[in-house]
Amino acid sequence: MRRLAACLMSCLFAVTAQAAEVTTYTLDNGLEIVVLEDHRAPVVVHMVWYRAGAADEPPGKSGIAHYLEHLLFKGTDDLAPGEFSDTVARNGGSDNAFTSWDYTGYFQRVAADRLELMMQMEADRMRDLRLTGTDILTERDVIIEERNQRVENDPGALFNEQRRAAMYLNHPYGIPIIGWRHEAEALTLDDALAFYRTFYAPNNAILIVAGDVEPEDVLELAKTHYGPLAPTLGLGDRQRPAEPPQLSERRLTFEDPRVAQPYVVRTYLAPERDPGAQEEAAALVLLAELLGGNGATSVLGRKLQFEAQKAVFTSAFYQAVSYDDTSFGFYIVPVPGLSLAEAEAALDQAVDEFLAEGIDPDQFARIKMQLRASRIYAEDSPQRLARRYGAALTSGLTVEDIEAWPDILQAVTAEDVLAAAERVFDRRRSVTGWLMQPQSQEVTQ
Amino acid sequence: MIRLAFALTGLLFAALPARAAVEIQEVVSPGGITAWLVEEHSIPFVALELQFKGGASLDAAGKRGAINLMTGLIEEGAGDLDAQGFAEAVESLAARFSFDVFDDGLSISAQFLTETREASVALLKSALTEPRFDDDAIERVRQQVLSIIRSDATDPDEIASQAFDGLFFGDHPYGSSLNGTLESVGALTRDDIVAAHDRVISRDHLFVAAVGDITAEELGAMLDDLLGDLPASGAPEPALAEIGVAGGITVVPFETPQSVAIFGHSGIARDDPDFFAAFVMNQILGGGNFSSRLMEEVREKRGLTYGVYSYLMDKDYADLVVGRVASANDRIADAIAVIKDEWARVAAEGVSDAELADAKTYLTGAYPLRFDGNARIAGLLVGMQTAGLPIDYIATRNDKVNAVTAEDIRRVAARLIDPEALHFVVVGQPEGLEATN
Repeated sequence: MRRLAACLMSCLFAVTAQAAEVTTYTLDNGLEIVVLEDHRAPVVVHMVWYRAGAADEPPGKSGIAHYLEHLLFKGTDDLAPGEFSDTVARNGGSDNAFTSWDYTGYFQRVAADRLELMMQMEADRMRDLRLTGTDILTERDVIIEERNQRVENDPGALFNEQRRAAMYLNHPYGIPIIGWRHEAEALTLDDALAFYRTFYAPNNAILIVAGDVEPEDVLELAKTHYGPLAPTLGLGDRQRPAEPPQLSERRLTFEDPRVAQPYVVRTYLAPERDPGAQEEAAALVLLAELLGGNGATSVLGRKLQFEAQKAVFTSAFYQAVSYDDTSFGFYIVPVPGLSLAEAEAALDQAVDEFLAEGIDPDQFARIKMQLRASRIYAEDSPQRLARRYGAALTSGLTVEDIEAWPDILQAVTAEDVLAAAERVFDRRRSVTGWLMQPQSQEVTQ
Repeated sequence: MIRLAFALTGLLFAALPARAAVEIQEVVSPGGITAWLVEEHSIPFVALELQFKGGASLDAAGKRGAINLMTGLIEEGAGDLDAQGFAEAVESLAARFSFDVFDDGLSISAQFLTETREASVALLKSALTEPRFDDDAIERVRQQVLSIIRSDATDPDEIASQAFDGLFFGDHPYGSSLNGTLESVGALTRDDIVAAHDRVISRDHLFVAAVGDITAEELGAMLDDLLGDLPASGAPEPALAEIGVAGGITVVPFETPQSVAIFGHSGIARDDPDFFAAFVMNQILGGGNFSSRLMEEVREKRGLTYGVYSYLMDKDYADLVVGRVASANDRIADAIAVIKDEWARVAAEGVSDAELADAKTYLTGAYPLRFDGNARIAGLLVGMQTAGLPIDYIATRNDKVNAVTAEDIRRVAARLIDPEALHFVVVGQPEGLEATN
């Protein structure tokens, strides 16, 4: 096996040279354009991403970015409420939208010959939204039901909200995207329109078109439909409250009778991929893979699931793409009979041992091999590729950063990973959460 | 602002739906194994999809959960490799194997690079033909399954779907969770796991598709190498499921703020002459996009839910029409009333010509969009085979949609859709809802 892996490195380098064609443009009004060509099927994904998400909301208006996302389907000067999606459907396409802390995105997936119609409609709703009072009240009920479905009905999701709020002392990443319930219930038309007029503009947007298209054709269509739109003047850099030095570890226990499987999660404040400086984040990506990537081969899996047999599941996670400081974490789901205190101690011991023992060179090589191969597999889905570009570009990275990323990952050394681990595992900048049934039922099975 | 009306009309009628650019070859290996193949050499990997028909429904009596546990163990050691050795070998090759089981099949989705094809296939063959089922692996995966069973017991969606299945299908395998119960899984032995493997993994249950960087000749040799040693036959087919419930409402009390409802009644077979009429009818009633009647009435007009849909559930041994909705405890009764009204309306009146025309353009336009990506296409090709569809089906499918008339829909809606037969299973603390059980 080892010999085979060595041979693969050279083969793969030859292969990635043929990666998907990426072409970029910028219109005079500031709209950035990224075209990702894939001519295997006559399909296109058309996306507009705004550099505005839940972390850009005004204080007290949590959920407004997401609420506005829903309202963008409620009509413009040229489109009746619902007509946008109905038109996409009549053309055999599907459409939807998504909101994160750093971005809001809209997309349609259609036959490639319908691209112009999508552009026409998306450009229309970038500046010409028209909303009525009844529509927006009904839609507010919908987002409350969405919150019920995603959060209130799921103790794990409620727990995540509480942990996140504890992770960030000052930065709005601590506020849920869907909004705190009491604030989401009180959002108004004026709140939505204020956010819309500021942030929905060509100079705050990125157009991504992926699929069976020629870049010059996309540019011409974009000029026609997005070109006439006026930018928001005076839109400066994103200004968000920053984290103060975090000096004290936070711990929380969330109890809910609906919890069937207790577990422990620990997160640490961590640096994200920064433009021109992605090395530390690359080391943390490798660290997450080494610690908790695969249950059978990772450090936590080996030590806690296979050797000590104290865990049913373990994992480590790190969100590298983010505009501001992100988090690195891991969790342990203990075997029946093991308390959460014991589980947490076992988790800490496993991480300490890892730092003392160092990195298994074979595991390190296998992970790098998989990262190389993932570039080839990623080409199978233009939609996923487009989402990767959109998320990175709205999180402050450039196309150059995205293209440099695979080589930066490959250049990470074992020493880099251990050094990054020593920096990130600072308990003063951590949150430890226990999810469990009320009272002493923590060890129920 | 640019006016849209003219362009909308022009584009809508001028453009024809895209054609699915998929050329399927039937490959029969020298050893007699049939597969469907789409060659796609632009990316140097292959997506291989295997499905063993029957899946978890082939569990032996009293051994519920054995096939699911066995599926979780396929990658936990094979041949000379223990669980960790096997996982390391997969990683070294940068291959991707996933093993999944559902009511009607056990599916194996494999992706491997052209460069490592031979070694990847050898590894997959080892997993299929010489799994070790080591005692420590069985215990480890058993604990994972038990953890999932415990979690499902307090998840309103899972409670709803398990209660629904139990009501509708009773003692048939469809009537219980394929995970099994804490008791049944706790009692499974290694012999049960070996027996479960023998029941499912066999040539007579097998369907194969491959998409990617491989020729027909290469695939033929690969099929014999990978699958030639499998036993000829496994367990016999399960019986047809009888639907054992009439219309009504079943409430499963559970303390949670939002009630989850799953509803349904008997359906229509895939090979029924009116299947396509029913399919188009359902698209209008509760199909998956924002334009359906249920979305319009329950969500868009009244804000009663985040999502509501219905679909034709065509399983191998039962056909239902099924839907789902979730609303706050004090609003779920309203949502259910609106759904019953829509059920009655389509049964009595059918659909309008405009709705029919829109549904056709959506369905015929969306169909070719499914065929993007090697892995997606491989999955679709196996699905077509297990449904008994011919290899030229893709070329004729849109014609079948276009042939549906408003009269066809009126006929099939009157026969199929029945608000009185509709049974709702509601999990939560619904207010103002009278349970009939």
